[in-house]
Amino acid sequence: MPHTDLAQSIRRASSPDKPALVPYLTAGFPTLDSLRHQLRAVAPLAAAIEIGVPFSDPMADGVTIQRSSRRAISNGVTLAWILDELRAIRGEIGTPRVLMSYLNPLIAMGLSELARDCEASGVDAIIIPDLPLEESKPIRAALNNRGVGLVQLVSPVTPEARRRELAGASDGFLYAVTVTGVTGGANATPPAATDLPGYLDALRAASPVPVCAGFGIRSRQQVQALAGHADGAIIGSALIDAIERGEDPGAFLRSL
Amino acid sequence: MTLELAPNWTADTPQARAAELAKLIGGAYPDAHGRFGPFGGRFVPETLMPAITRLEEVARHALTDPAFLDELGVHQREWVGRPTPLARAEGLSRLWDADVWLKREDLAHTGAHKINNALGQALLARRLGVKRIIAETGAGQHGVATAAACARLGFPCRVYMGAIDAERQAPNVFRMKTLGAEVVPVTSGDQTLRAAIDEALRDWVSDPRGTHYLLGSAVGPHPFPWLVRTFQSVIGREARQQMLDRAARLPDAAFACVGGGSNAIGFFHAFLGDPRVALIGAEAGGHGPAPGQHSATMAHGRPGVLHGCYSMLIQDAHGQVGDTHSISAGLDYPGVGPEHAFLRAIGRVSYAPVTDADALAALRDVCRVEGILPALEPSHALAAAKAHARAHPGSTLLINLCGRGDKDMPILMKHLT
Repeated sequence: MPHTDLAQSIRRASSPDKPALVPYLTAGFPTLDSLRHQLRAVAPLAAAIEIGVPFSDPMADGVTIQRSSRRAISNGVTLAWILDELRAIRGEIGTPRVLMSYLNPLIAMGLSELARDCEASGVDAIIIPDLPLEESKPIRAALNNRGVGLVQLVSPVTPEARRRELAGASDGFLYAVTVTGVTGGANATPPAATDLPGYLDALRAASPVPVCAGFGIRSRQQVQALAGHADGAIIGSALIDAIERGEDPGAFLRSL
Repeated sequence: MTLELAPNWTADTPQARAAELAKLIGGAYPDAHGRFGPFGGRFVPETLMPAITRLEEVARHALTDPAFLDELGVHQREWVGRPTPLARAEGLSRLWDADVWLKREDLAHTGAHKINNALGQALLARRLGVKRIIAETGAGQHGVATAAACARLGFPCRVYMGAIDAERQAPNVFRMKTLGAEVVPVTSGDQTLRAAIDEALRDWVSDPRGTHYLLGSAVGPHPFPWLVRTFQSVIGREARQQMLDRAARLPDAAFACVGGGSNAIGFFHAFLGDPRVALIGAEAGGHGPAPGQHSATMAHGRPGVLHGCYSMLIQDAHGQVGDTHSISAGLDYPGVGPEHAFLRAIGRVSYAPVTDADALAALRDVCRVEGILPALEPSHALAAAKAHARAHPGSTLLINLCGRGDKDMPILMKHLT
């Protein structure tokens, strides 16, 4: 099962001194041919790569990913195009790949076609920020049928019993949202600084899969603070901001 | 119609459709998953799940608590001015060759039906123990109603409004501010109602414990579509009884405009079990059927997920939400409430697009012969009734006049002069 490879890759790359890095890229931002270049640049440094499917109404995202998504859509990016690109470079890049997409583009493609094409493109799992566990059954069934995993998200306000349930249901890794807020960290309410390690430690103790922390992780200092508490650090908006500034995504990841 | 998220649901025989309608009338929908048949549900980030679960618990408890219902009733009578009148429209009856009746929700406090739900949810917010209330608004009527309810009950209030809407409904922006609300113009996305809801959801995700999102339309994740319908269904209950009292009969057809569908769902509900009453929802047909020129979700949409619910949605082949247009900000929305999508799927309500031009023509009729300036939104329902009267002369028609048109002055000055 590919999503077991995903879990292993994150565990292998994680050490008590530093969590594994999981970069996020908005596919087709700033240009269509950026995706292949960016994938090649970050692959050697990443335990897994998140590929963001742009959506017109990204309600869990802050201004950076709203902007990159809008640009990508106007560049003509579609889910089908992303899967074609991933299939084309499948043999070249061995790092596990995870799609991050809001639900509507996925159901517009059709769930069985989606699962088939994910398998063919080497997509190990999908993260769907607007799909809570209660609604996930038909999607999980379609994906798992082709060996593609469904990653669950857990939030600081999730009650403890539910955290265990989500961890048990998550394929590949558990996505620990570190703030109460949108991606990028603006307007967000972080749990009291002392809470974050405790929150992550409790998740790791409850989770059969690795725990990756995301939302608002922007600096080397923040990545270091996750060491020993999270298996992976997801770098999204900060990486997109760097790409927007014209920096090399590989160099930015190395700076973390 | 492909239902990816409810592949086993069908209602392809008259018997199956009747059975589904009976389930709705009997209270089986929304079900435990917040679904109306295939539509509805809760498609929200995990961070919002505790808040919407708690909202449902608190609402279910309050709505069976006599103390809550008594308090709601006092506010409805003394502050909102309920019951709103039912009026026979003598002038329109002559002009359209029909027996025309108007449910005067435009006479409710703050000038539209939106106050019914704003009041109900603000009272619930007290029981939730939140510190602040946020809302979205399109035409500004829900924003004004929420601002008023917050002022009355002592909540700080922030209203998100698309920048385009804030300009075309400027009088309502000033009303909200006068009532003490903070109005945040939304410059992201399409800068209309849809972007305002996106932005309100982002605010709510940042403080789900301390904030109540007072959603004004019959859309969003469960329990909102149910909650909004519950607080708006007073419209239909009153109107049905008033028709029996005044006209000693039910109408042949009842009309309401549908954007997200809050006034329509509240108006239609009391008539669902009256098979001889045709129910007709008027959508915004805008400039016509070309993509981006209308907001007629039922006519041109497919099932999809936006703002937390599975319903009909204007979208492209790749699942990106489509651009919309309507002369009326309150109908300018690419989705529609899930209960409406269900009522269409089982054939109980029919939905028809009405163009900007036809809505304006109906608005002129009502001004001229009734001395009433309706809002642009219900002018779509009036236009649908006018068209119905042409096809069925002499029939008895009931229209929900869900709001008054003072707010539309900037638009009317452009189009009618």
